Amino acid sequence: MEFILITGRSLSQGREKEGGKFSEAYRNAVAICELDPQDLEALGIKEGDNVRIRTDFGSVVVKPLPSSQAPHRGIAFIPYGPWASMVTGDETHGTGMPTLKGIRAYIEPTKEPILKLQELYAGRLRVMP
Amino acid sequence: MSLTIANCVCPFCGCCCDDIEVRVQDGRIIGTRNACALGASKFLGYNHDRLPYPTIKVGNEARSVSLDEAIRKAAEILSKADYPAVYGFGSTSLEAITAALDLAEDLGALADNVSTICHGPSLEAVQNIGEVTSTLGVVRHRADLIVYWGSNPLHSHPRHMVRYGPMAKGRFRNGRADRKLVVVDVRRTLTARMADLFLQIKPGTDFEILTALRAYVKEIDLEVEEVEGVSAERIEELAELMMGCRFGTLFFGLGLTMSPGRNRNVEAALALVRDLNALTKFTIIPMRGHFNVEGANSAFTWRTGYPFGVDFSHGYPRYNPGETTFVDALNRGECDAALIVASDPISHLPRKTSERLMEIPTVVLDPHITPTTMAAEVAIPTAQVGIEASGTAYRMDGVPLDLRKLVDPPPGILTDEDVLRRIHRYVSGESP
Repeated sequence: MEFILITGRSLSQGREKEGGKFSEAYRNAVAICELDPQDLEALGIKEGDNVRIRTDFGSVVVKPLPSSQAPHRGIAFIPYGPWASMVTGDETHGTGMPTLKGIRAYIEPTKEPILKLQELYAGRLRVMP
Repeated sequence: MSLTIANCVCPFCGCCCDDIEVRVQDGRIIGTRNACALGASKFLGYNHDRLPYPTIKVGNEARSVSLDEAIRKAAEILSKADYPAVYGFGSTSLEAITAALDLAEDLGALADNVSTICHGPSLEAVQNIGEVTSTLGVVRHRADLIVYWGSNPLHSHPRHMVRYGPMAKGRFRNGRADRKLVVVDVRRTLTARMADLFLQIKPGTDFEILTALRAYVKEIDLEVEEVEGVSAERIEELAELMMGCRFGTLFFGLGLTMSPGRNRNVEAALALVRDLNALTKFTIIPMRGHFNVEGANSAFTWRTGYPFGVDFSHGYPRYNPGETTFVDALNRGECDAALIVASDPISHLPRKTSERLMEIPTVVLDPHITPTTMAAEVAIPTAQVGIEASGTAYRMDGVPLDLRKLVDPPPGILTDEDVLRRIHRYVSGESP
């Protein structure tokens, strides 16, 4: 299904980033996608399913959640963070500001797992002492 | 024995709440009063995932080294680069930002700050048409109409509504009963649920709605039944509310700056507020995210003439958003090294841009282990400003506030400012 993707601050994103970006709590706070409950139903998402989000800029698997800010049919929200960054756009249209809201996205249910932070960057982060 | 320190400034968001009480015991923070969930998580979580010592990349590992060695290596990377970028600064002190600008100028670097991915478009809009603004104190005491446009303060600035917004108890306006609240957003946010008038609009239609409001304010007939799904009556209702207030303030968030239209959306909002001043008093204030991103813009402006995206490669400052901005320069592969201070761009830049950043050697100053410190060639731990180091921050309305040192940083860990000055001395060939 086609959606308009927006990324933004959420309270738990702001709170959990202070607890460490490699924590499970941070991943639970930001590797998610808030969808309108009716859209969740239309997507046929079952208990335990994740969603794959594809945009012109990339693709990522996150956990779908019924939005607490509904109704917003056709709008998908991902909190700022490394998972959202996998699907945001680098085009700035001459302003310096990349494309972080209002991105066309395709969302489908999947059984694929949500990657851990280190896995997202596929070995490009150093092992810290 | 515990010690309570009153009137601390919170180093989280642009509200810079200055009434925080912090309880310290045995050199550690054990509790806070008055802080919101975000502020409390910062004061209580500052020791999570600390970067314990300086590291230098060796193969696929980061090896711990002495501070001197890390500073020498950092200076070497930055001096050798043709066009290094110097970036970050939303969460450090004004003093550190000015030290970084001194260094950037001598390096002939690209200097940019995190506003480039938050309110950069707002600054471009202000440069184009100006702004009618005020401090938050004036809003608190006088505003009888508060508009949040593309902003969800209950999530992003949790105490804003109580301290400066609809619930604030001011001198002439005493709380919620004395003020009207309008929210314009694409989702029915928690903030929207408290509004007297909530306008839910389609993503990317802010410019059209703002322009329709301007037309109504200027008594130009809309000649249409609806604008982007919003009925002409609703637009009229909101315009009448704005025109009829004694003192209104429009707070706008990244809903305007990040959506299609970007700076043009903000220009439309600035123009609406300007037009409203023909009829009543109205001001506009951006909801700044990090506690000192406003300070970064001010320091950049008084040092270079420009608030962000400054290119020193010609020996004098140049500014051209889209060209001299961090994301664009990285996208084009122009920068061959980067110095990142108090920011985690690898987590927050679009994937393609952060991949570019991971291809070049970086020097990162940060208190914490983040994807950006883990991708660094040289990572240097620093003290957390507002907790382990004092300094100045500018609140979202440009009011300067003193951040306090509440506890000592871990042994051997310096402030951002000290590390930057030492790197600079090395770069200039002086003994550090």
